[in-house]
This record gives sequence, structure tokens and C-alpha cells, in this order.
Amino acid sequence: MPGNTDTGVLVKAIDINVSYGGRSVLHKAGAEVRAGEIVNLIGPNGAGKTTLVRALLGLLEPAGGTVVRRPGLKIGYMPQRLVIDPALPLTVNRFLALGIPRHAAGLGRRRAVLEETGAGQVADSPIQDISGGEMQRVLLARALLRDPDLLVLDEPVQGVDLGGQSELYAIIRHIRDDRGCGVLMVSHDLHVVMAATDHVICLNNHICCAGHPVTVSRHPEFVALFGPTVAAELSVYHHEHDHEHDIHGSVVPLHEDGGGNHHD
Amino acid sequence: MTDFLADDFMVRALLAGLAVAAIAGPLGSFVVWRRMAYFGATLSHSALLGIALGLLVGAEPMLGVIVVCLVVALILGFGHRRRTAILSEDTLLGILAHGTLAMGLVAAAFLDSVRLDLTSYLFGDILAITTSDLVWLYGVAVTVAVILGLIWRPLLAATVHEELALVEGVPVQALKLGYMLMLAAVVALAMKVVGILLVTSLLIIPAAAARPLARTPEQMAVLASICGGLSVFGGLAASYIADTPSGPSIVVAALVLFICSQSVLAIRKPR
Repeated sequence: MPGNTDTGVLVKAIDINVSYGGRSVLHKAGAEVRAGEIVNLIGPNGAGKTTLVRALLGLLEPAGGTVVRRPGLKIGYMPQRLVIDPALPLTVNRFLALGIPRHAAGLGRRRAVLEETGAGQVADSPIQDISGGEMQRVLLARALLRDPDLLVLDEPVQGVDLGGQSELYAIIRHIRDDRGCGVLMVSHDLHVVMAATDHVICLNNHICCAGHPVTVSRHPEFVALFGPTVAAELSVYHHEHDHEHDIHGSVVPLHEDGGGNHHD
Repeated sequence: MTDFLADDFMVRALLAGLAVAAIAGPLGSFVVWRRMAYFGATLSHSALLGIALGLLVGAEPMLGVIVVCLVVALILGFGHRRRTAILSEDTLLGILAHGTLAMGLVAAAFLDSVRLDLTSYLFGDILAITTSDLVWLYGVAVTVAVILGLIWRPLLAATVHEELALVEGVPVQALKLGYMLMLAAVVALAMKVVGILLVTSLLIIPAAAARPLARTPEQMAVLASICGGLSVFGGLAASYIADTPSGPSIVVAALVLFICSQSVLAIRKPR
């Protein structure tokens, strides 16, 4: 594709339109991920987050818009759910080997990556016997084994307990720092999103707002979508050390005033 | 016990049954893993329509079977992809299975009964297998086995998770098509052995019986073949000794093996 002179852009989607049975799911939505950048896709249920991810991955052909992937881009994908029929006898190890060419699938390497994502102990377990949290780590390991330029994670902490969630986010950040790959994730946990993301895209059928987490949390559309309480909490969370109270409109109370339902 | 092999037709029956069991093992394992049991049944029900059409146009009936099975497979595999579909795949399978069976029976009525022996197609006629039947049966079985061997790994990856495999560069649609083609071919083979109504059993019962004993997909496929082979042997022996219908006897033998293997599971892992 012409016009993609930006170096470092791994994948870019512009003006994506998708509808299912006459109902518009995405309207002029887009996203861009650069190498070494963590981009977070947020939005309410049914906002079209997974649909946008699927369009970026090439899993669905959008009715309108363009998706540009850097030539030769290697993607590590972590789907939202993965249920394997119990009739299929498969260990975690074998599951990991299926994702990569045979010559690259050395047992030692698989173990190392599994240790990196914190699931080393389940290597030889039948994959149907591991917990939801372990499954997420195994899926992350499978994505990493491909040495991806871009990691695409659809709700990576789903089914993971609270302690595990922050640990998993830390692992993802560490992977980015270590390997310099781009990360695109769909997430629900706004606190973590705001703390650990370079770029936030707030989606609700269309792009409500996008940008640095702090900017987004002040955006009126974001506030309308998630409610003033959440917005206030997030703003406070971010602004406790800066005192520029130029927060938008009536939505965000100052943290010393009495109207706040955001105080601990 | 093996004196039943003194008769040539029994030897041919056994050779045919073993070939079908061998290929039905791995292919049937995929049927079980992909939850396509009813899909297999639909293919086999449509086979009668293929036979009748083949005879009506004066072609080889088996060719008719493969063509009709393929059309049904394509309708199911690729016609039902839209997320907007208002009927579940389950309903569509039921409609196609019984719709094509009924059409087959109607079409068969246009043929005189000398050319189309309905009973032998519905319940199998393994004892009537000829040497030339055996030749093409082995030809198809070996071809399917070779292709399955070549695409085993990517097909397994696509079975575990289709979209993950797609992102990882596996040609999922082509594999699916190839798998359905092979399934159609094996349904046509198995029909000779146990008949249209029992084809699915030869695909899924040995695979299900193998499951508790297997720790890898490959073990399950091989054990399913062995289990199918034992069923063919046991069923034919019973049919010779007790004069029972051979196709159903083979399926009953498979069922006995399935119950035995489930008991192994129950003993090993009490719930």
C-alpha cells in the first residue's frame, strides 16, 4: 500500500465499517500500533472492540475502510476464549508446539517461554485440566513463541484473579520492554489501562476519543460513556501529583471538594 | 474361531472391513474432536441420493455418492458461515440429513429393484464385496491416509482453534475443504461395510472408545483404527457363527469395546 511512510507503524486501520445483519457494529473506526507501543482498546460491551481486532488481524473483511499491515509482520494472537473439546487428548506442551513450525518448537524453548509467562508448572498437564488463569498464560506463551512483532491480546486477564491480573500486565509490559514489539490489547480494567498504556482508544461503535490515557480520561465522550464516577476516579488516580485542575466541565469534581464519591 | 476365513467372501469382507476401519480411525477422531458426528450422519444420509442419481444417469453409483456428499459438505461448510443466519447449524443438518434421505428414497422408486437393492445400501452388504470393489476401496483408503498424513499437523492446529490457526498462517478453509472431501470419500467406503444408516458409528464409536486410553492425538487415532479393526473382526465372526447381519454385528462389537473402555475410565478415575 502506498503512503505508509511512517516507520515503526506495524498495523493501521482506517475508517473501518462493519455491520452484522443491518446493524452497524463499527462506523469509521480505526487504530494504529507502532513498534514498542502498548495500545489499549476500551469501550462498553458490544462496542465492537473484538470486531475491530478481528479486522486488524484480517479475520474479517470490513465492508469499508482499509487495513495496512507492515509486510512480513509476525503477529502473536491471544483470542478471548479458547475451549478445547475434552475428547482431544492434548498436553499444554503439545498445544504450544502446534503454533510454530516444527523446527522452531524445541522443548527447551517452549519451557522457557512458559516460565516467562508464569505457567511452567502446567507444561505436561492436559490442557483441559488447567485453570482459566493458567490458560491465559499458556495462550500468551503460544503467542510469544512466534517471536511476534505485534502482540494482539483480546482481554488477556479474563478469568485471572486480582493478584494475577497485575502480574500478567507486568509480564506484558516486560515483554514489550524486552522485545520491543507492539502490543494491542482489549481490556476492561480501566485503572490498569490508565496506568500501563501508551495510547488509549475508546470505542463505542465509532472512535469516541483516543490519545494518551490522561487526555482520554478527561474527554467528555469518555465521561459520557463510563460515567462521571469512573472518570473522576481515574482522573484523581492520575492527577494526585499535579494540580492543574482544568478538568472538563462539571463532570470531574476537585478532589478536595465535598461532592466527590471518589474518595477512598 | 478363525475357520470362518475358509470362505473367500469372508476373507474379502474382512479385508474390506479392515481397510475402512484403519482409515476411519484417524478421520473419525477428527469427527469427534470437531464435534461433527451429526455432520457425518448427514453426509451418509445423503449418500442414497447419490447412488440413485448415479444409477439414473448411468454412472458409477459410488461416484454419485461422492459428488452428492461433496455438495452437501460444501453447503454446510461454506453456506453457513454468516453470523446473521437465523437457523442453527443443528437444524440445517437435520433438514439436509432427512431431506436428502427422503429425496434418495423417492429417486430410488424410479429405478427397478433389480438395479437398486435398497436394503443392501441402508444396512451394508460387506459379504457381497468383490475383488474389484476391494481394489478401489484400498485405492481410496490409501489416498486418504496419505493426504491425512500430510496435512495432519495444520489440520490439528485448525481443529484446536480456527482463528488462532488463521492468524498463524494456516490455510484453514482449504484444510476444511480437504477434510470434508476425505470424509465424503470415507463415508462412501464405510457405506459398503455397515450401510448408510450405520456409517457414523464406524467413525465415532472406535474413536470414542480409544479416547480414555490415549494421551496424544496420534495415539487416539491409532487406537481408534485398532479398535475399529477388532470390531470388524468380531462382528464378522459373530455374523458367521450366529448368522447375524454382518454390518450391525460390527457396530455392536464396536459398542462392546466402547463400553469396556469407558469402564476402564470409570475404574481409573472414580467420580
